[in-house]
Amino acid sequence: MIPTQVGSATTVAEFSNSMVYAAMLALVAAMIAFAVAFAVRRSDSVDLRESRRALVAVQASGAAGDAASRALESRPQPPPDTRGRRAGNIGLSLSWLATILLLVAVITRASWAGRVPWGNMYEFSVSSALAILLVYLAVSVRRDLRWLGVFLIPLVLLTLGLATTVLYTETQQLVPALDSYWLVIHVSMAILCGAAFLIAGTTAALYLMARWAQGPVKGPVSQRLSEIGQRLPAPVVLEQFTYRLIAFAFPVWTFAVVAGAIWAESAWGRYWGWDPKETWAFITWVVFASYLHAQSTAGWKGRRAAWLAVIGLATYVFNYFGVNLFFTGLHSYGGV
Amino acid sequence: MSATEFATHADPMDRRIDPPGGLNVTGWLRWMWRRLISMRTALVLLLLLGLASVPGSLFPQRTSDDFAVGEYFREHPRLAEWLDRFSLFDVYGSVWFSAVYLLLFLSLVGCVFPRVLVHYRTWRAGPPDPPRHRSSDPIVAGDSEVLLTRAEALLRSERWRVRRTGTFVAAEKGYLRETGNEVFHLALLSLLIAVGWGAVTGWHGNVVLREGTGFSNTVSQYDEFTAGRFVNEETLAPFTVTLDSFDVQFDRDPQQAGTPRYFDAQVSVSTAQSQSHEFLSVNNPVTVKDAKIYLLGHGYAPRLRVTDSSGTVVFDDSTVFTQEDSNFTSLGVVKVPDARPQLGFRGLFAPTAAISQERGPFSTFPAPDNPVVFLSAFKGDLGLDAGVPQSVFTLDETHLQQIGLQSLSPGDTWELPEGQRVEFLGFDRWIAVKVAEDSGGPWALLSIVVAVAGMTISLFVRRRRLWVVARPGDGVAVSALQRGPSAAVMDQKALLGDLQGPVKDSIEPQQVKEGRCQ
Repeated sequence: MIPTQVGSATTVAEFSNSMVYAAMLALVAAMIAFAVAFAVRRSDSVDLRESRRALVAVQASGAAGDAASRALESRPQPPPDTRGRRAGNIGLSLSWLATILLLVAVITRASWAGRVPWGNMYEFSVSSALAILLVYLAVSVRRDLRWLGVFLIPLVLLTLGLATTVLYTETQQLVPALDSYWLVIHVSMAILCGAAFLIAGTTAALYLMARWAQGPVKGPVSQRLSEIGQRLPAPVVLEQFTYRLIAFAFPVWTFAVVAGAIWAESAWGRYWGWDPKETWAFITWVVFASYLHAQSTAGWKGRRAAWLAVIGLATYVFNYFGVNLFFTGLHSYGGV
Repeated sequence: MSATEFATHADPMDRRIDPPGGLNVTGWLRWMWRRLISMRTALVLLLLLGLASVPGSLFPQRTSDDFAVGEYFREHPRLAEWLDRFSLFDVYGSVWFSAVYLLLFLSLVGCVFPRVLVHYRTWRAGPPDPPRHRSSDPIVAGDSEVLLTRAEALLRSERWRVRRTGTFVAAEKGYLRETGNEVFHLALLSLLIAVGWGAVTGWHGNVVLREGTGFSNTVSQYDEFTAGRFVNEETLAPFTVTLDSFDVQFDRDPQQAGTPRYFDAQVSVSTAQSQSHEFLSVNNPVTVKDAKIYLLGHGYAPRLRVTDSSGTVVFDDSTVFTQEDSNFTSLGVVKVPDARPQLGFRGLFAPTAAISQERGPFSTFPAPDNPVVFLSAFKGDLGLDAGVPQSVFTLDETHLQQIGLQSLSPGDTWELPEGQRVEFLGFDRWIAVKVAEDSGGPWALLSIVVAVAGMTISLFVRRRRLWVVARPGDGVAVSALQRGPSAAVMDQKALLGDLQGPVKDSIEPQQVKEGRCQ
């Protein structure tokens, strides 16, 4: 738990910490709202199938197409899903609130420490949680992602939960090797990529679930999962969304690794030395490169590609927790 | 060739890959080559490369931490021996790791070069003929000749590549996608060569400098030296470096006591032509000729003076002690071969000394607030004349006899039983520097920058095609084709809008096969 300390300097840190807790509270509420929204949600795939059938009907009718499409428009629409919408909107608003609270937390922490707030695992985790929310909400502005909230918000909460309990560290000054503007470039890119990879990995896993839901049901557990799968957007939508996120994140990740290499060159006298952190960054790069190649390889598109996205996320997460906590390397002074 | 594919030329690699019948050697070679350069093989090799990198993070590597490898051998001798047989302490230089990446790059070469040719030809040839008319293609009514001309003008003004015949206008956009893709892969190849070049022509050495001492850039002066195959160790660039002073500041704020705030070294660098004073710090290497000097670490070097019973000074120097903990509790060995009998000391230096029951002497702060050296003296034969090289950090006690223990503050003198005197004069600071030359570095950087640019272009540019085809009666049909979602349909709709014809429902774009290595 976060220790409480007396003293004027620590009150700023305490304020920052309480902002994190407030954000977590807002996120719990958001998660509940998203869960409600998801539970009452009509299956997208059903909608899509219906509209596709209608489209085919229009095209088949040839010259009578206009008439048919008019007929389609005048057809009674299914009752709008108002309950789900409202709950989803509440979830989004609460997520925005949590984002603002986290932003305040990060900024106050940074101002207290007098540097960028990425000096240890606690700070990195809180910033990562903020980045995940920012990416999610930024995409939300342009497309409806309310269905994703119920899956994503628990992951954000998990990140923050680990940060405030296991990883908490009092703020420290940076050791001289970390005191470089490359820290800003290298780490901010890594955090941004982490957020994009996490969302992409989640939607890839959901894609697998949605595909699975299309298959035969084999028992009560399978039945439940299948019901969840049917509430998800159509697999093709999930697949495209995953691809776009990774296509965005991959060059950024490459850039983050290169920035790290340039920094390593000036700090340690070599740009690449297969330090565990470097090795796993490379592995993540290779797995996402494979994902992109899988998109244009017969037999690899779809399920296998989705698995690659999930594995790619796993390597990133391992690089963060596993390498920092279990391995010793040059990056270990990033510390807990 | 179907016009629904981007490839306008028959592509030998698109054929199904079957093993040839019979025992035709060239046939088999061709088959193996095609297998190798197929996308599926490349993908598997890529995944293998990721997998092959894993063990290097699990076991200590000779290239980065030779000492840890030695430890591993001591702790698990049997296991280590087996691991070593599979190069698991040398993963990134091992045969199997090299095999994976060389095959991957061979596959890349086999894929990319033909692709470059095909891409060039495709670009030269311009957009292909229109696909068969689909009933779903929207139709614009009107004089087809006028509409074709208008479509051509519109498309050209939007920088499409356009080919006009009597009966259709074919337009294509987004060639840069493939160009970027090829540039990316070629840049990776260039990166590999740069790294390889750096490895065979580069060198690096580590050396420890005490304040006031220096070294010249020759192999013998380094404590540790590694060079690539093509490096002539006799002709390293001649220069000398001297450590003039070293300044380090530790934080005294109780929350983060002991964290170094900065450590800066002033060095003098002289080459045949010039002499200069440079400022060397972490993240801030000094460049001399093609080599760079990096500051990696620092520590304390206690200064002792040993006088024998006749009053002759037999030792007067500072000795590098290595850091044991974050408060710079440091250990070292002082050898005095000129004393009769020879003298040796095991020492512990604490910049801010304290003693506890459990730990014995140790340091509580990295700055020299209360420097004390704790010495254990030995007399006898140091074993230096046996011809076996000895580490400066170990004392061979086989022919030595312990004669006393003492703690000394600066200025203190310790009289040994046989009349020799040991004075603790204070300490110097030392720095560990790495000197390295890697001519592949800038080239590698350039390659990766180009690669990122190419990759970004290939991921964000969309390649798409439009056709406006005259109908047998009057009017034109507009069809679109692209890889990936929506852009071509948007193009198609925009064009339809511009042609101001009645718009029927849009079509769904077909998935297009792009690239040859599939």
